[in-house]
Amino acid sequence: MTATVPAGTRADSSGASPVQPGAAGLAVPAQMSLADAVEMGLVAAPGSAGSAGLAGLPVAPGHISITGVSCYYGSHLAVADVSLEVPGRAVTAFIGPSGCGKSTLLRAINRMHEVIPGARSLGSIILDGVDLNGSGVDAVAVRSKVGMVFQKPNPFPAMSIKDNVLAGLIIRGARPRGSAADDLVEQCLRRAHLWDEVKDRLKKAGDSLSGGQQQRLCIARAVAVQPDVVLMDEPCSALDPISTLAIEELMRDLAQDYTVVVVTHNMAQANRISDVTAFFSLAQAGQPGRLVESGPTGDLFSAPKVAATRDYIEGRFG
Amino acid sequence: MGPTSASAVGTPRAPLSERVFAGSMRGAAGGVALILAGVLTFLAVRGGPAMFAQEGELPAHATNFLQLAGPAAFGSLWVAVIALVVASLPAIGVALAATIYAPSPKFGRFLAAVLDLLAAVPSVVFGLWGLMILAPLMVPIYGWLHRNLGWLPFFSGEPSVTGRTVLTAGLVVGVMILPIMAAMCRESFALTPPALMEAAVALGATRWEMVRYAVLPTARSGIVAGGMLALGRALGETMAVAMVLSWTPYLVSVNLVSSGNPVTIAAFIASTFPESTGSQVGALIGLGLVLFGISLLVSIAGRRIARQGVTR
Repeated sequence: MTATVPAGTRADSSGASPVQPGAAGLAVPAQMSLADAVEMGLVAAPGSAGSAGLAGLPVAPGHISITGVSCYYGSHLAVADVSLEVPGRAVTAFIGPSGCGKSTLLRAINRMHEVIPGARSLGSIILDGVDLNGSGVDAVAVRSKVGMVFQKPNPFPAMSIKDNVLAGLIIRGARPRGSAADDLVEQCLRRAHLWDEVKDRLKKAGDSLSGGQQQRLCIARAVAVQPDVVLMDEPCSALDPISTLAIEELMRDLAQDYTVVVVTHNMAQANRISDVTAFFSLAQAGQPGRLVESGPTGDLFSAPKVAATRDYIEGRFG
Repeated sequence: MGPTSASAVGTPRAPLSERVFAGSMRGAAGGVALILAGVLTFLAVRGGPAMFAQEGELPAHATNFLQLAGPAAFGSLWVAVIALVVASLPAIGVALAATIYAPSPKFGRFLAAVLDLLAAVPSVVFGLWGLMILAPLMVPIYGWLHRNLGWLPFFSGEPSVTGRTVLTAGLVVGVMILPIMAAMCRESFALTPPALMEAAVALGATRWEMVRYAVLPTARSGIVAGGMLALGRALGETMAVAMVLSWTPYLVSVNLVSSGNPVTIAAFIASTFPESTGSQVGALIGLGLVLFGISLLVSIAGRRIARQGVTR
């Protein structure tokens, strides 16, 4: 199941990592979130404009180092030269105007962009010591380590709620049976804050639920394959405010066990839920998207380093 | 058509071109219904009495109509089912190759064009091909099937020395219905919501796993509907079957390889008509009515399933 991405996995990556040698000396618990670390003054001021800028941070398991990543659709450069540290076991938000490449970069992390003919990406995306973008790494295996939740809830309509949760395993021919299946379904649905609402109708079709419930079902489905990272591409943009609140709460909760990366157009949401925010932009339509600034969310929203970030956050642009 | 129907259409202010257009459309629609009704009346009036015909009034020395119609109806369904079994997997495979597996949209369009060309080959050409090429090729294969799988009812009995068996006919008809079924499958596959394919891929599905769990379940009704429409076409196929099949009247047999084969309704009508007179012709028209009924049922079922697929 885990195939070619053995990844440093959770055990061995809390110590020194080749990506961030400086991190080893810091005696910070691996489970500590970035926000905590910032509060305790363990983390230096956020990085300068355009750089990854979170050096010195303890490397929690599930940490992703993005270095020099450029994404192409055919000959069109969509994302140019992004370097960014995504902390493990925390929520990182990608914000920016339409076309700035934030979704493309998100999809590059689990190599979903390869589904589009002609799409490719350069650079390295290192998760727990393994380069997901490496030439010898199987995209299918990457996706079992890095799950994804989409803008529009997309449960399998022909499958029951229960089978939807198990879909990742069923698809790979590893359907669990009996009580093992029941336990996993309950565990994942509880994880997705959905259990109490659906426990009496697990046999019903996956698309019989409301939009917000469907999205939580998709999250349960994503965590059922035990990924290290959960990517979310505007997961609330098709939902009403109440459902959005439920998903936001869930994202915070998920960050205890998973690295969560969320693309959002909603800046208030990014401010509410994320530990780290990365702001992307583009010079003008047709130009490649670039990372403008990234840093702890509180800092980026209260004291952005770059004028473009401030303009965007304050609604003067985008 | 023309001024009579146009006068009843639209408000007085509707421009002439609009009235002519609406009128001719209604005329065309009415015309189709009228033709169908005419055919049905013809079949019922001329063929109906033959259903109660006595011995001596029927072709092939039949003693009653049912003795003629029953085995032929079986033969028609049997050949059509063989054709469907033969065509289904290749049709789904080609349709997948033209949509999901196509390396480029250009390749997909090329494959679709090739299939349309296959559909354009006349029935009589398929008949010649089956008779002169396929049948001799199949003789040794039928011999092998009989020797090794003779314990199955499908392969028992002395194998045919000409190869003009019901299986050869089924193969030929299978090739003929392949384009219809592939076209239907292609349309269904192309309609798979991209979100579902993404869902499967994001869960770590390979291409085939994505097809198996995202594409095929969504396209199921389209595949079934395509199969039913292809079945309807196979039931009516006349020329190729009449040329290829070496048949025996009244025979009901599931044997695929022997020289004793059932006949299909369409092939029976085509081969018997030239030497038939009077009430015998009536009996053939009656057979046509039976075939019409079977095709109608299959077509209605196919449409019902296709519609379910749309409303889901």
